[in-house]
Amino acid sequence: MSELLRVEGLHIAVDGKEILKGLDLTINTGETHVIMGSNGAGKSTLFNAIMGNPKYVVTAGRIFFEGKDITDAPVNERAKAGIFMAFQQPIAVQGISVENFIRNAKSTVSGQQQRIMPFRRKLHAQMEQLKMDKSYAERYVNDGFSGGERKKTEILQMCMLEPKLTMLDEIDSGLDVDAVRIVSETVSQYHNETNSILVITHHSEILQHLKPDFVHVLINGRIVKSGDASLIQTIEANGYEAFRGQAE
Amino acid sequence: MADEKEKLVEEREEKLNAERQKIDTFSDFGNMYNFKKDFNYSYKTEAGLTEDIVREISEKKHEPQWMLDFRLKSLDIFNHMEYPDWGPDISGLDMDNIVTYVRPNAQMKADWNDVPDDIKDTFDRLGIPEAEKTSLAGVGAQYDSEVVYHSIQDELVQQGVVYTDFDSALEKYEDIVKSHFMKLVPPTDHKFAALHGAVWSGGSFVYVPAGVDVSIPLQSYFRLNAPGAGQFEHTMIIVEKGAKVHFIEGCSAPKYNVANLHAGCVELFIGDDASLTYSTIENWSKNMYNLNTKRAIVGKNGTINWVTGSFGSHTSCLYPMSILQGEGAHCEFTGVTFAGKGQYLDTGSKVVHNAPHTTSNINSKSISKSGGVCIYRGSVVINPKAEGAKANVSCESLMLDEQSQSDTIPAIVVKNDNIDLGHEASIGRISDEAIFYLMSRGLSEDEARAMLVRGFVEPVSKALPLEYAVEMNNLINLELKGSLK
Repeated sequence: MSELLRVEGLHIAVDGKEILKGLDLTINTGETHVIMGSNGAGKSTLFNAIMGNPKYVVTAGRIFFEGKDITDAPVNERAKAGIFMAFQQPIAVQGISVENFIRNAKSTVSGQQQRIMPFRRKLHAQMEQLKMDKSYAERYVNDGFSGGERKKTEILQMCMLEPKLTMLDEIDSGLDVDAVRIVSETVSQYHNETNSILVITHHSEILQHLKPDFVHVLINGRIVKSGDASLIQTIEANGYEAFRGQAE
Repeated sequence: MADEKEKLVEEREEKLNAERQKIDTFSDFGNMYNFKKDFNYSYKTEAGLTEDIVREISEKKHEPQWMLDFRLKSLDIFNHMEYPDWGPDISGLDMDNIVTYVRPNAQMKADWNDVPDDIKDTFDRLGIPEAEKTSLAGVGAQYDSEVVYHSIQDELVQQGVVYTDFDSALEKYEDIVKSHFMKLVPPTDHKFAALHGAVWSGGSFVYVPAGVDVSIPLQSYFRLNAPGAGQFEHTMIIVEKGAKVHFIEGCSAPKYNVANLHAGCVELFIGDDASLTYSTIENWSKNMYNLNTKRAIVGKNGTINWVTGSFGSHTSCLYPMSILQGEGAHCEFTGVTFAGKGQYLDTGSKVVHNAPHTTSNINSKSISKSGGVCIYRGSVVINPKAEGAKANVSCESLMLDEQSQSDTIPAIVVKNDNIDLGHEASIGRISDEAIFYLMSRGLSEDEARAMLVRGFVEPVSKALPLEYAVEMNNLINLELKGSLK
């Protein structure tokens, strides 16, 4: 087990407003972490900052990936290093088929030109596991997809790109019960001792499948409490109010 | 069997991918179209336009009297007609400085080996002979004012298909030419149509007999090499009942500091149940005034399918028009216009519904960057007889920076209540959010932008044969190169 991601004293501002106020987080390979917290606490901000969205400005602190300082690295370099984010609201890309898009991405992140037919076979197998109709491979990325289909397409990308760190930003929102099960089973299956999962969710259902090793409570731009999976029950029972005092 | 097919698909797709990637390594690509040849010619007219010049052109071409009369009548119309009072500024175009006729130093050839080396080299560099070998049923190549090479597969000749240069057509098929020439686009149509009637030269003639399906495309390539010259080629395509053909035209020129003028004319006659796809990849140099007129008339249940990619020219006015004359006639227009620095591209499509149950679908996309201007100007006219007609117009514009401009000027005239009409227009920019999403999948910012632009024009790429889709993608990558940070 080795250190994969280390966030140190991270401060992030968006449009001049400070959202993260000194956040520390370390994730080792093989671990699953969950970030919980009320709306607006800064959960998605943390993900965007780790991915390198230029709108999220680092005002203090550093981010390390596999020991390397990536605080100033462009987004695509982070993707190539093995960081993946499943977006809460993935955008549609006109004119590019799902298959071409993911094959292009895979060629780029792996540095190896993907041969069409072997790639297609693997993609179709993965789609079957996600219970997606194969015809989606030929459709334009997320164009006319329902919320649930978009989320599944994000997971499909994760499976094909094989990142070391996967960040799932409310992957379960907008999904029906069956889809939550399919998605979380797929993620569980993908997860092993060589990669790590970081999850944002408001629902405990998905966590029953993902079995997190660590749960962090994020309040007002800081992690105020970390613990094991039992923390989920505490939150379910008492809400976030109980943690507010610790944020001050 | 399945494996073999799979292998073929894979090879084809990989070839396309390889072509796309070549772009990134081929740094000299920017100059691919902009090479100049020494200006050789066997004969050219003085600059400007006089009756003597018109007579000279006709005499050199040994034309019948009626054609000379037609030219002179057109010249008279030209002299008395006002310049259009709408559209882009064309004051940079001084007719007194345009050389209307430049005969290349070559006779028309049917064997590529017989074409003079310097001209052959030009078309070699543009990839024309290579394309003929791999994917075309017939090829025409025009250099300045005249066609220097024409060929067509024997198989098609045996089926009665004619594909030849316009001078030969005038000689061999005089009756057909006489009864069709500038009947769709009369010289009275506008000032540049009159100019065309007076000084036209070169171009292609295609005749497809009833029931013949020409499954492989025919292509004409127009290259204007002479500085300060005009190109006025005439293209006439007649597709008889139930026949089918795909015609492709490509245009390019090296850049000179003086204005060049292109005022060609395209007349398409599509019979009942016949179908014509007319594709254009236009990459004139940025000193060209492209004032071209294209028109099609379509019979019962016939189809005209326009596919156009406009990248070049200083100023363009181009509005391919479809007259849906027979019941159930259909027009499909798919076009993309890309305007960069210093370019003003005023393009669109016109459709006239003259019969019941005629249908039209216009899909126009434009991209502007570095201060370029793209205007969509089009019209849909539904006449009283067009009971149950259906028309749909969709215009989408993409602006890549703050200085660029885009506008939509659609005119719709409806004279029948029982019709179905749809219109939508949108103007957008590439969002930071979209760039971030693509970059989070490993693409660089440049790759992300190029992918979004390519995706935007995908409906046009899809409508083109593979080689032309590749050329269009290359042109887009080329156009984008300068604009990316």
